[in-house]
Amino acid sequence: MRNWVAAGLALVMSYGQQMELAAAQTSTLDTVKSRGQLQCGVSTGLAGFGAPNDAGVWQGLDVDICRAVASAVLKDADKIKFVPLTAKERFTALQSGEIDLLSRNTTWTMSRDTAAGLNFTGINYYDGQGFMVKKTLDVVSAKELSGASICVQTGTTTELNLADYFRSNKMEYNPVVFEKLSEALGAYNAGRCDAFTTDVSQLYSIRLTLGNANDHIVLPEIISKEPLGPVVRQGDPQWANIVRWTLFAMINAEELGVTQSNVDQMKNSKNPAIRRLLGVEGEYGVAMGVDKDWAYHIIKLVGNYGESFDRNVGAGSPLGIARGQNALWRDGGLQYAPPIR
Amino acid sequence: MQRMRDMDRTSWQVAIQWAQVNLFSSWWSTALTLFGLLISYWIIHAVVDWAIIRAVFTGSDGSACRVPGAGACWPFITNKFKLFMYGRYPLDELWRVNLTYVLALAGLVPLMLPGVPGKLWLSIYMLVVFPIIAYFLLTGAEWLGLPIVTTDLWGGLLVTLVVACVGIAASFPIGIVLALARRSELPLIKWLAIIFIEFVRGVPLVTVLFFASVMLPLFLPENVTFDKLLRALIGVALFAAAYMAEVVRGGLQAIPRGQFEAADALGMSYPQKMGLIVLPQALKLVIPGIVNSFIALFKDTSLVLIIGLFDLLGIVKQAIQSDAKWFAPQTAATGYVFAAFVFWLFCFGMSRYSAWLETRLNSGQRH
Repeated sequence: MRNWVAAGLALVMSYGQQMELAAAQTSTLDTVKSRGQLQCGVSTGLAGFGAPNDAGVWQGLDVDICRAVASAVLKDADKIKFVPLTAKERFTALQSGEIDLLSRNTTWTMSRDTAAGLNFTGINYYDGQGFMVKKTLDVVSAKELSGASICVQTGTTTELNLADYFRSNKMEYNPVVFEKLSEALGAYNAGRCDAFTTDVSQLYSIRLTLGNANDHIVLPEIISKEPLGPVVRQGDPQWANIVRWTLFAMINAEELGVTQSNVDQMKNSKNPAIRRLLGVEGEYGVAMGVDKDWAYHIIKLVGNYGESFDRNVGAGSPLGIARGQNALWRDGGLQYAPPIR
Repeated sequence: MQRMRDMDRTSWQVAIQWAQVNLFSSWWSTALTLFGLLISYWIIHAVVDWAIIRAVFTGSDGSACRVPGAGACWPFITNKFKLFMYGRYPLDELWRVNLTYVLALAGLVPLMLPGVPGKLWLSIYMLVVFPIIAYFLLTGAEWLGLPIVTTDLWGGLLVTLVVACVGIAASFPIGIVLALARRSELPLIKWLAIIFIEFVRGVPLVTVLFFASVMLPLFLPENVTFDKLLRALIGVALFAAAYMAEVVRGGLQAIPRGQFEAADALGMSYPQKMGLIVLPQALKLVIPGIVNSFIALFKDTSLVLIIGLFDLLGIVKQAIQSDAKWFAPQTAATGYVFAAFVFWLFCFGMSRYSAWLETRLNSGQRH
């Protein structure tokens, strides 16, 4: 009996290895080009990051990465099949070739990057744990939360981060734990705790579901690292480069002041960095298998990083998330892209 | 006119009399009546207050619903109605879905009403012709000039109905065959049926769907994907068939031996015996059980959410959780109430039809 099971397992595993080899041999770029469509794995629905709007059109910061890659490769931001994936399905879908690119608020960790046959290609959103408090509390910094009662979901890294933060800052706190996030939120809203903690991007969307959003503020301190970014299959460096430089192009465009509306005039710019970005000088896209005006199409069809941030999660959206860590490096944030030259 | 007023008065008097006898016959019954009235008042008041008085009816985003004290956020439903009904199906092609519904109703309604002639042709239409037409209408066909609409764009009530209808239509015949096979005297057929039924009944539907979506792709060669919706349909149909088989077997067991023997004595073949004598009686007996399975299946369709298909409940949930434009304190409640109402409409309709069918079919037996 045991022999049979072992033989079966061996068969499945060798088959899996063959499959990985096959995946490495076919170029994702050629597949996408011949299919004429990018298959992009997105969230099943996360406010500001990936969700269909009233007309059913997918929108969001993560969705814009899909659109930007499609613009660079196919020159069309709509030639995309969006595949909504749950957290459990997402890596299988990428490994099995069901999707070409995973852009679904996935945290970049070492174990995922090294072990699972995946490659992270950048960080399009620096998330992290934060605190929300009622305005009437007159607190402007997490450092003032000493002695506060804090609503938190139990059994999560959120709970551990909270404990670490207060211990390292030598502050007292009183955790009020709940099994579910919604219960923790309900308790906070009912006044059972002074503060509520989870990832900042979620705090902003949760804030809108409370009675009056303006009665609550999100404190500026971020106490954990949750770098979110697009993921590709391991073993196709060309495709990884395309996805990586798509994000870099959007960040560089913001830095250089190239926007969706002025990109056509910018083609006549004297600035050599802009000329190289838009493919007027040099042939920088060709080396990775796309046309030299790849970045022009990204900016024309999707916009630069700042524009994407603003309309999806930032000041131009109902969420109103502050740029914070996601501001450009020269504005005190962490978004930094290597130059195109 | 005068006569009508007289009738009104008499019916009014009848009502008072009825109330005296049934509601206020003793102090205890009076107290219960008043208590019941009080509770109904509370509930109705709360519902009306939330759904109408404090509700928001117009708006193109959630800002009006974010006002403190606002009730139901109805514009969330009206603005997303098409999304909830058809998913992301292209707007220009929606007529195809509607035409499919019309064609389905055109076959189903005369089939369900008694006294309409041509039941045989209607059945053939519904079981053979209609599915083919519906398939090409919904998915599209280049040679007919209908653009292809891939199933990842389907959603909302459309997916709920497709999964439920295919599940019901496929599980009924498969279930009957399985039930007959399980009672067969040929050991091979019998044991195959038993193994299938017991295996499927022993595994939760969620597991079947999850296996189909997470494990199956790993065993398939690179770039061979098969449609998610198709995977779900096969899973749901086989799952429902196993339950249907047991319901039908219950009916078969209730048929007296004499009926089988009488059919044999008349020299009937097996198909004749089952089709003309046994199954008509057996199926009539288990109508409540069959409808029970159908209703359960209809509600089970919402499980397809776990494999990333968006049925009605899934798409409402997605909109509630992820469209920041509509975030407001009462958006979630409004969306779920709407989804519950649509599910209730369909399930209640099915249960009323089955109750009516039972009385009609039983009328001959009431001597």
